[in-house]
Amino acid sequence: MSRYSAQPSAADLLWKTETLALDDRIVITGIGLASPNGNNLAEFRQSLLAGKSGVVDYETRYMPPVLAGVCNFDELRYQKRKEVRRGTRAGSIAVYCSNEAVVDSGLNWDSVAKDRVGVYLGITEHGNVETENEIYEISQFGYDTKVWSHHHNPRTVANNPAGEVTLSLGVTGPHLTIGAACAAGNAGFIQAVQMLRLGECDLAIAGGVSESIHTFGIFASFQSQGALATHEDPTKACRPFDAQRNGIVVAEGGGICTVERLTDALARGATIYGEIIGHAMNSDASDFVLPNSTRQAECVRLALSRAGISAGDVDLVSSHATATEQGDIEEAKALKAVFEGTQAAINNTKSFIGHAMGAAGALELLGNLPSFDDGIAHATINLENPDSRCVLPNLVANEPRNMGEVNCILNNSFGMLGINSVVIVKKYEF
Amino acid sequence: MKQVFRAVETMSARGFLMTGVEIRQAVLEILERIAPDEDLSGLDDAVAFREQMELDSMDFLDIVMELRKGYRVQIPEEDYHNLNTMQSTVEYLTPKMKDVPVAG
Repeated sequence: MSRYSAQPSAADLLWKTETLALDDRIVITGIGLASPNGNNLAEFRQSLLAGKSGVVDYETRYMPPVLAGVCNFDELRYQKRKEVRRGTRAGSIAVYCSNEAVVDSGLNWDSVAKDRVGVYLGITEHGNVETENEIYEISQFGYDTKVWSHHHNPRTVANNPAGEVTLSLGVTGPHLTIGAACAAGNAGFIQAVQMLRLGECDLAIAGGVSESIHTFGIFASFQSQGALATHEDPTKACRPFDAQRNGIVVAEGGGICTVERLTDALARGATIYGEIIGHAMNSDASDFVLPNSTRQAECVRLALSRAGISAGDVDLVSSHATATEQGDIEEAKALKAVFEGTQAAINNTKSFIGHAMGAAGALELLGNLPSFDDGIAHATINLENPDSRCVLPNLVANEPRNMGEVNCILNNSFGMLGINSVVIVKKYEF
Repeated sequence: MKQVFRAVETMSARGFLMTGVEIRQAVLEILERIAPDEDLSGLDDAVAFREQMELDSMDFLDIVMELRKGYRVQIPEEDYHNLNTMQSTVEYLTPKMKDVPVAG
C-alpha cells in the first residue's frame, strides 16, 4: 500500500510513527489574528464562546448596502501612517497579524536569523481592491490614465501581503503568497510545514489574509450568482446548515502563526499551541464553483492517513460550510462519509464572522485551538431550522459544548475551481 | 496694464487665483498627505525636502501625481529637479499655477 493511499493500514501507521523524526514534527508557537469579532486570540475565542457575531451593515461602491465582517484592529500598532498609505489593506492585516504572532511566540526577534525565516500567506485573490480603486479614480478624471497611481503595481503583485510582512519584520528569507481561493488559510500552514521539513527555513510565519470586502466586485459577483446573504439582522445573516440560509457574508481578516520544528520550540521553551500532524490538498476537477463531496472526503481521508490516525481519533471538526445551499449539502455528505459513527463534534466559525476568504481556514483553525485547554467546542450559531439535506448529528448548535477533553482538531477549507485543503492539529503533550 | 495687475491681485486676495503663498500651502498639504508621520512645521524652504524628511522616489512621484490630480499641472520628467526645495518648487509652479482658481 502506498504512503498516500486513502485507507491507512497498520503497517502504514507503524511506518509513520517509526520514521517521523523529531525534526519533522512541526508545531504552532505564536498566534496573531484580526477577526471581525476579535483582534487577538483571547478576544476571538471569547466572542466565539459568547455567540458574538462580527457581521455588520456595510457600504460598498456602486451597489446598495451589503453585509460584511469588518475588522477594527489598530493598523498603527506596527505600521507608520505612511506605510499604511503606501501599502494595501491585505498588507496591513498581514503586518498586524505577523507582528502579533511574533510577540506572542516569545521569540527574541532581534536574535532570530532573518534569512532563515519564511513567510507563507494564503490568499483568495489579491489586487482587485487596488485595481477597482484606480479605475474609480481615473473615472473622476475622464479616464485619463495619467492619474493612474505608480503604487498600483507594487500594491497588486500577488506576493504583496507576504512582501509587506518581510519589510515590516526585516525578513530576508523566502516569502510567498499561496493563491488557493477559500482553501488558502490551510494552504499557508501546509506550505510552512513543507518548507520547514525541506529545510528551506527554520521559522515560518504562515496563515492567511483577506481584504476582500474592500472591493465591490466580490459582493456583486456573489449577488449575481444568487449567493450573497441578506438578513434584516446582520448578526443572523450567516446561517450554515440552516434551512433559511441564503448565501455568503463576505469578511476581511487574517490569521497568522509562527510555525517551527518541535526541536526548536522545545529548545527555547516555547508555548506550543498544537502540532500539525496531518494535511492534504486535492482538486475536484469537476466544476468552477460547485463543490464535490467525494473529493472533499478523499482530502479528509488523505490528511487522516498522513497523520497516521483514524476518523475516530478526531474530537472536533471545524467545518468550511459557507451557508450556500449546495456547499453545505456537499460538505455534510463528505463529513458523514468520513465521520459517521464517530464521536467527532462539528462546528462552524463563519456563522459568527462570515467568510473571511483567504483568512477563513486560518481563523477557523485558530479559534478552535483553545479547546485543547478548555475542552469546549464553540458552536455553530444561527442554526434554528436545520436543513434536512445537511443534518449532522454531532453539530454543535447555537451553544458551546463542553467536550471534557479535546485532543485533535481537523480543519476543512475548500474553494472555487475545486480546491480542497485539510489540516489536522493535535494537542501537544510531552 | 496696471489695472489688470490690480484685478489679479484683488482676485487673489479674495481667494480666486493662486499666489506664491497659496502655492506653498498647496505643496505643504500635499507633503502632509504623502508623509503623514512627519512634523513639517519647521520646514526650511531653502533646504532640500529629502534632507528634512523621509522622501523616496515613489513619494516624489506622489508629489507630481497630486499636483496633476489637484491642479491639472503637468510636470515633465526633465523638470523634476525643480522640485528640490520648497522655494524652488514654488518658483517653478508659480507660472504654471497662477491661473488656477483657489477652491472655496
